[in-house]
Amino acid sequence: MYRHTLSVLVEDQPGVLARIAGLFSRRGFNIESLAVGPTEQSGVSRITIMVNVEEHPLEQVTKQLNKLINVLKIVELEPEQSVLREIMLVKVKAEPAFRSQVLEIVTLFRAKVVDVAPEAVTIEATGNADKLAALLKVLEPYGIKELVQSGLVAIGRGPRSITDRALRPVDKSDKSTA
Amino acid sequence: MTKQITGAQSLVQSLETAGAEVVFGIPGGAILPAYDPLFDSKLRHILVRHEQGAGHAAEGYATATGKVGVCMATSGPGATNLVTPIANAYMDSVPIVAITGQVTSSSIGTDAFQEADIRGITMPITKHNFLVTDPDQIPRTIAEAFHIASTGRPGPVLVDVSKDALQALTHFEWPTSLNLPGYRPVTRPHGKQVREAARLITSARRPVLYVGGGVIRAGASAELRVLAELTGIPVVTTLMARGAFPDSHRLHLGMPGMHGTVAAVGALQKSDLIIALGARFDDRVTGQLSTFAPDAAIIHADIDPAEISKNRTADVPIVGDAREVIADLVVAVQAEHDAGRRGDYAGWWQTVDGWRETYPLGYSTPDAGELAPQYVVERLSTIVGPDAVYVAGVGQHQMWAAQFVQYEKPNSWLNSGGLGTMGYAVPAAMGAKVGRPDTTVWAIDGDGCFQMTNQELATCAINNIPIKVAVINNGALGMVRQWQTLFYNERYSNTDLQSKRIPDFAALAEAYGCVGLRCDKAEDVDATIERAMEIDDQPVVVDFGVHQDAMVWPMVAAGTSNDDIMVARGMAPTWDRED
Repeated sequence: MYRHTLSVLVEDQPGVLARIAGLFSRRGFNIESLAVGPTEQSGVSRITIMVNVEEHPLEQVTKQLNKLINVLKIVELEPEQSVLREIMLVKVKAEPAFRSQVLEIVTLFRAKVVDVAPEAVTIEATGNADKLAALLKVLEPYGIKELVQSGLVAIGRGPRSITDRALRPVDKSDKSTA
Repeated sequence: MTKQITGAQSLVQSLETAGAEVVFGIPGGAILPAYDPLFDSKLRHILVRHEQGAGHAAEGYATATGKVGVCMATSGPGATNLVTPIANAYMDSVPIVAITGQVTSSSIGTDAFQEADIRGITMPITKHNFLVTDPDQIPRTIAEAFHIASTGRPGPVLVDVSKDALQALTHFEWPTSLNLPGYRPVTRPHGKQVREAARLITSARRPVLYVGGGVIRAGASAELRVLAELTGIPVVTTLMARGAFPDSHRLHLGMPGMHGTVAAVGALQKSDLIIALGARFDDRVTGQLSTFAPDAAIIHADIDPAEISKNRTADVPIVGDAREVIADLVVAVQAEHDAGRRGDYAGWWQTVDGWRETYPLGYSTPDAGELAPQYVVERLSTIVGPDAVYVAGVGQHQMWAAQFVQYEKPNSWLNSGGLGTMGYAVPAAMGAKVGRPDTTVWAIDGDGCFQMTNQELATCAINNIPIKVAVINNGALGMVRQWQTLFYNERYSNTDLQSKRIPDFAALAEAYGCVGLRCDKAEDVDATIERAMEIDDQPVVVDFGVHQDAMVWPMVAAGTSNDDIMVARGMAPTWDRED
């Protein structure tokens, strides 16, 4: 099993997410992380999906995704050639005796405190999955009261954009026509 | 500014503009506004007795004519009754557009009366579907639906229209161009891949043309014949492709698969090159996939890139329309021949012909007084001929109809292949007859299947759609019974329908305004078929009471290897004399 990150450009229309999710759930694949948001082009959304599957079934799902009328383009992002980020908001116990230690950790991880209460602080952190996991590990002893984490968003490194050619009349079938 | 009309009028005008001629359907609450302008339209609406019948009729119409079939139903149960034919059309790549009424948009999501999320329900079984709540979107949506259904790999498209959108006022404006940036089916094959395929074809020693339903949908029979004759390669036609290549042609080995001929199954299995054209390596063809055609290189041409390397990895993948692919292959193979490279398949033909001669299709004659179902099908084929359309349900009778009718032309064989939908035959035959009124249409049905959808005989009788139905009545769910015979120690749990006793099919036919005939004896078969052929102003149902223990042979048991095909119970063919 290998973790794959797919970036899917779609028309921003109701039901698109259900169509995409259906192709994964039909096969019993669990989507590990999902993020949906607008892009630089109006009417086009970008869905970032992280899924743990073998190569062959993933290829089949990708081809099926490509067949969806509302899907414009699919790119698999390789971790080495991409910037991958998640955002996390975590509410940690921070009684006066431990508050300075918690704040020190926040500084160390280049995170931010976004809300303060007498017994707790809320920390915002961004980074890749490893960094966020490491931060959580060191915060754990102080007592985590609540945690919310976004889906992964990812973008390829370098000057090119995946939306470059997506909306022009290009051959959107896979490499088998190349 | 064009004049204001209702959404319902716009819908009907859109269907007319899209080229629809016939709509099969049943009105109901949510779709009711659409039925008012339909009353004045030049569209022919055929009022069916069950929405499943409307869906299969649209499929039969589409499959027999190559045009888009249209069915219509109301919201909730009307729409859910269309689910089976929509799923069927999805599996067999049939271009249909299903129009469903939906509850008023402000009520959607409230569990309103007759509300069902049909768009959600049909997402995995349609090529695409729409929910329209804005009447201005009706023409564009219908135009897109017809385009998507009929281009690329054909398939069903559902358009769900809310009642308020049908009632509201709008302007009819037919789109001049379609905006489908995510839909661009590739039809032109890649030249390099085609040349590589031609090179493999001329260097192969044991090639086979594995022809699937895509060749029928693409209308590529003429091109296929040229390619086959140019190369001299044996041809097999799958269940979905019967008629794509003439059965009488010397190069044709018949149908491969679970109930295919020994020659067709053997040719694929022992080949060194499979040229798959619009076929999808379905489990009913490959048998156990890991042992399928172990020595074969694969050229796989399909319009759907998702089919390529799905089940069997392709060595030469070609994405394109079957007609264009085959036409290009002809040119590329000709170029190989001109360069002095030509395939030598003489030894291969010797082997294949050996199988063909040793293991022809056949059946054992039952005891005196019993009628062999295969004999009925054989005689039908001979008397009715290859110009008719034959439509089967699902089961033993379907396999016999695939095996023993001699098909010579494309679109002359309709059946439910992928989904295996019992009850397909009568309504699909009705749709085929509506689309091709001058063609004789015979449904070859089983007594189990027939009892699922035979109420459409009323539709046929009332609307002057004179189909003919041969009920191959063995009184049982025959194919299931065959499996019980072979794999469940002859324990016939719940397969005995007793339909030789109840109902009386001939009387049932008469009650439906059709002519009912009955035949239980081999010596009466010809006269009965001829009698049925003489009746042209009424539907005819012939109840052929046949031998209950007849089985479909050859057979590759589910999940086993094609190597283990049985020609009869306990009898396997000898593949190779040297073995």
